[in-house]
This record gives sequence, structure tokens and C-alpha cells, in this order.
Amino acid sequence: MRPLSYARAADAGSAIALVAEHPEGTFLAGGTTEVDLVRQDVRRPGLLVDINDLPLNGVHDQRGGGLRIGSLARMSDVARSAAVVARFPVIAQALEAGASAQLRNMASMGGNLCQAVRCAYFRDVASPCNKRDPGSGCGAIDGMNRGHAILGVSDKCIATHPSDVAVALVLLDAVVHTRGPGGERAIGIDDFFLLPGDTPEREHPLSHGELITAIEVPAAPVARSSLYLKLRDRQSYEFALVSVAAAIRVEEGTVAEVRLALGGVGTKPWRARRAEDSLLGQRADEASFAAAARQELAQASPRPRNAFKVELARRAIVRALSTLANGAAR
Amino acid sequence: MSTDVSSQSAVRGPRASTAVLRVNGQERELRIEPRVSLLDALREHLGLTGSKKGCDQGTCGACTVRVDGRRVLACLTLAVSCEGHEVTTIEGLAADGALHPMQAAFIDRDAFQCGYCTPGQLMSAVALLEEGHAGDEAEIAEWMSGNICRCAAYPSIRAAIRDVRDMGGGER
Repeated sequence: MRPLSYARAADAGSAIALVAEHPEGTFLAGGTTEVDLVRQDVRRPGLLVDINDLPLNGVHDQRGGGLRIGSLARMSDVARSAAVVARFPVIAQALEAGASAQLRNMASMGGNLCQAVRCAYFRDVASPCNKRDPGSGCGAIDGMNRGHAILGVSDKCIATHPSDVAVALVLLDAVVHTRGPGGERAIGIDDFFLLPGDTPEREHPLSHGELITAIEVPAAPVARSSLYLKLRDRQSYEFALVSVAAAIRVEEGTVAEVRLALGGVGTKPWRARRAEDSLLGQRADEASFAAAARQELAQASPRPRNAFKVELARRAIVRALSTLANGAAR
Repeated sequence: MSTDVSSQSAVRGPRASTAVLRVNGQERELRIEPRVSLLDALREHLGLTGSKKGCDQGTCGACTVRVDGRRVLACLTLAVSCEGHEVTTIEGLAADGALHPMQAAFIDRDAFQCGYCTPGQLMSAVALLEEGHAGDEAEIAEWMSGNICRCAAYPSIRAAIRDVRDMGGGER
């Protein structure tokens, strides 16, 4: 690992100032991505500003039924928060489906949103990668791309967004609160994740020195009937091939309200709005769910090695929505 | 690739400086660069070689230790970030020469073959019981999935955990 400097920040203001005034500086939270990528030489920060002492680790109820999750709250703590389990089971399930117990004890919620892609070409500094080294090419497009994205891809990058909980947060229209050298702002979560397009190196709209302080989850009564379904190559401790976050309200056999988001298939956590729109007012049955899934996946751009994800995603969507509609949610 | 930040007192490195870690109840002083992982600090600087380096990238669990009681991966933790926190390693598990009940159960159940992953398995297993995730076989498997055993001693590891659970959780 290359040499680097380190500072432990006592408050948000000094953390932001330290990173802002050092072009090679970055924040260090749980370290599960950052330390790994520095050791792989994928990232080369000259200065790590440790923010773990900042008081940003609470999970607070908001008036009206929403939540405010501190950016330094750990995945494990959020997953077992009573408010999350009761009102937003999809968040708890997505968190516990991710990583391992040790990593969930370390990884922060803000860091989770910023985690790097798991594309092997991105992680291997000997390979071309437009995300790591803009303009160098993409090893995955014609390479080993079984795990790569089929939605939101560009001819520069097809890396899958790896987060589970981000899929749940996209489902719930969460808002990312930040504080930076220029002040505070709130970013809708769908705008927080950028499609690769021609600039895959740019994954978030954050500016240098801008710190995520909290994730706000608006009240959503429909989320009491929500779930996270994750399909992967092994039973535990693996990234998704396909995942589905879903919430639905059925009235007299008809879809009165529905939300759907996909993981493991998109270059960003994928809100399936086409499927949602096509489902509203339809019979809540497998035929409708399958038709909605086809609507969403019609825009997929699979490669030969990951084409199976189209059918797998269709089936996963049907299973998730059927499970909820039949009242068999966990 | 280091940033010149020597003018700032709060910033340390990239050269080595003195750090004080509290490991297994003892204050230990060492001189380390900020890039040194907790795992390397334990093994190379403090002579505590029980925690093992398998993958060094957060996937195998062989380096599992506890920081402030929480099981974490020492390979993805910077040692300097542990100042002011309580680190517990496998060397801190036995007390007064007596094996921890989980260590004894691993021997009873022959819960290892080569033994390389065993310190991490033990640290995880003890934490697992305290977390309350040893309800049934599937739950134990799920919550131990961050510890890989390439000899595949998994059934015996789960049996050892069940034994200690049924004894009352391994608290002494």
C-alpha cells in the first residue's frame, strides 16, 4: 500500500475543511471500500480524514412516520433498529442480505451509497477501465461480464452498482443530505446515482469535500408491506445477480399502489417506473406482474454472458410481487 | 503520492509516529505509519500472530477481531483509527490459562482441519452468541458466512456453536 497521511476529525466542519483543502484528500468512514481499494492501488488518496468520531450515527424517527438515518450509522445497527424493522422491512432485509456480519458492523450507510463497483476490470489496475482511468477503454464489454449490468449501460461502462440497501432507498424515494464547503443541500436519491454515459468516472454529484450527513426516508405506509428478494450464486455473502425491492397495496384484487426497484442488473440502483406505471389499476396477479416486468426489461441491453439476467429478473419481479400480494411477506 | 500536510498538527504521516493501542486489556505503544492495517500492527508490530491474514481484502474472515466488542475485519481497519478503542484478539479469549468455552467446544467437535481460519471462526462465533443469532442451523450458517473455511469444517463449527449456546452462551 502506498504511503498516506491521516487525520481524525473532531467535527464535521474541520473534516470538510481538511478534505477540501487537500486535492488528494478523502473521507474515511468504515473503510471497507476505501482501505481495500487503496491496497489494490485503485485509489491513491494522499490523506484520509477519519470521520468516525462525528456524531452522525443515529437513526431518528421523523414526524409523520419517516426516518432520518445518520450517514455514520452502521449497516448492522440500522438493520436492527425497531423503527426500520417495523415500518421499512425492505431496508432491514436488504441490509442483512448484504456483505457479512463483520462488514456490516464496519460499513457506514453513507459509505454504502459511495461504495465502488465490483467489476474485476475496475479492481485490476493492469486492465483498461474508463471508470478508473478515463479514456483507457472497457475490459468488461467484450470480456467476462456475467455479473455486469443490463440496464443503464453505455459503451463506456457496464459495471453493476453493487449496493443492496441503495435499491431499497431508491424504492422509498430517500433523500441524501450533504454538507460541503459551499453549505448544505439535499439530493433526491435517484439523482444521487449517475448513469455512466460518457463519464463513468463520475458516479455521484458530490463535489470534493462534500460530506454525506444523513439519509432521509420519507414516510411510506405502503412500505410496511415491502420486501427485498436477492438472487445470487451462493446462499450468503455474495453480490446479487438480480435483486428486487418491492412494495404493494392491493384493493379488491387491484393494484392500488406499487413500487419496484431492481439491483444487480443496473449501472445504478434501478427504479422500475415503467413497470410501476403499467401495473397501476391492473389485476394483482401473476399475469399482470409478468407483463409489467417485460415492460421494464424491454429496455435491457444484455451481453452474451449476462443475457440470462433478463429472464431471471422477470421471474424475480413476479415472485416478489406475488409474495407480497398473497400476503406471505416475511 | 503523499500530501504535504506537515504544517497541520492534527495530521500524521505518511511517516511513522507513535500510536497507543489498547489490546486485550493492555496499553501497547508502537511506531507505525498511518497506512498500517490493524492486522499488520497486531502481527508484525505487537507479535500477536493469532489473527491470520488470508485474503487481505475483506473476504475471508481469518483476521476477525473485536473492536469495542463488535466483530470486525482487522485487514480493512487502519491501526491508527483504533486509538481510544478496545481491541480484543484471539489471544485475549482464554483467561488465566483456561480455554474459553468456545475454544473447548471447537476441540470437542473437531471443528477444524488445517486451523488457519480457526482464530477468526472463534472470534466470530463468540460474537455471534452475544448478538443472539444462533437460533437454528440456518441462522448460524447465515451469520457465520463471513468466515470461510476451505477445509469445509462447517458442520463441526456449527455443532460447536450449538454446544456453547446450549450451555448458556459461553459467558464466564
